[in-house]
Amino acid sequence: MAEEKKLDWITPQFDPRFPNPNQTVHCFQSYVDYHKCINIKGDEFAPCKVFLRTFTSLCPNGWVAKWDEQREQGIFPVKLEAATPKEE
Amino acid sequence: MEGIIELHDNIMFYILLIVVLVCWMISSAVVNFNEYNNHFSMKYLNHGMVLEIVWTIFPCLILLMIASPSFILLYLNDEVVLPAMTVKAIGYQWYWSYELSDFLNTTTNQTIEFDSYLLNDEMLELGQMRWLDVDTWLYVPTNTHIRFIITSMDVIHDFAVPSLGIKIDANPGRLNMTSVIINRNGVFYGMCSELCGVGHSMMPIKIESVNVEDFLSNIMEY
Repeated sequence: MAEEKKLDWITPQFDPRFPNPNQTVHCFQSYVDYHKCINIKGDEFAPCKVFLRTFTSLCPNGWVAKWDEQREQGIFPVKLEAATPKEE
Repeated sequence: MEGIIELHDNIMFYILLIVVLVCWMISSAVVNFNEYNNHFSMKYLNHGMVLEIVWTIFPCLILLMIASPSFILLYLNDEVVLPAMTVKAIGYQWYWSYELSDFLNTTTNQTIEFDSYLLNDEMLELGQMRWLDVDTWLYVPTNTHIRFIITSMDVIHDFAVPSLGIKIDANPGRLNMTSVIINRNGVFYGMCSELCGVGHSMMPIKIESVNVEDFLSNIMEY
């Protein structure tokens, strides 16, 4: 093969917030966190990639596609914009 | 899987003990106390405090001794600590689809996903298992901690591979997690184990475990 193909092999590790066999929330929370993260810090901010890898490894691609579509249409059930600090 | 076999052996010890004890008690009662040969009358034997305590406490202890390794195994199975790779198995009517999204091709930004369909009788080659072989099957590395994420996209399926000791429901809208370490190379077959429609019998699972090096070279070619 002429062109060199580069493969990353990273898997999300145990997260004490989600110790159960039910990983649905782990997947969803990582998706939300990732988009909140890049909304605040921008696409290239490296620490956001952790969330990206977590949700790509855990979520079925079909779910991610559906959520992406919802985000584009603005009907995603969670606010992903950078939260403005509340004035007390 | 080793844990399951060990629990089976463990419990089998108590079962044999109970079977032998009960058989001995029944046979000795039949032999020694029949209508022709009765050693003593039961007329005045109304209470036996010690006997009653013994036959209450003893089964309790036996149940505890069976329950404790069983619970340990149950809760150990729940924990997936330090997995090395994640495989998503997604049930559809009526095939399994696998996604290996750990392997992100950094040039094209694509992950690996494929569907695994049953081979029908005309497509079978000599040596393949009828109704168990699929067109594309799952490759996994040996001696690697693999996390399976099981889910479904339509109805409830069940991802069951008896020789790996896994059987876990695939519910739509829920990701179930289980883990496996395969200790030797080989091909492992399983089937959908939750009645999911007319094609329930036609969605087998085939997993082949290969050395890590072979696995990686395979993945690179994908």
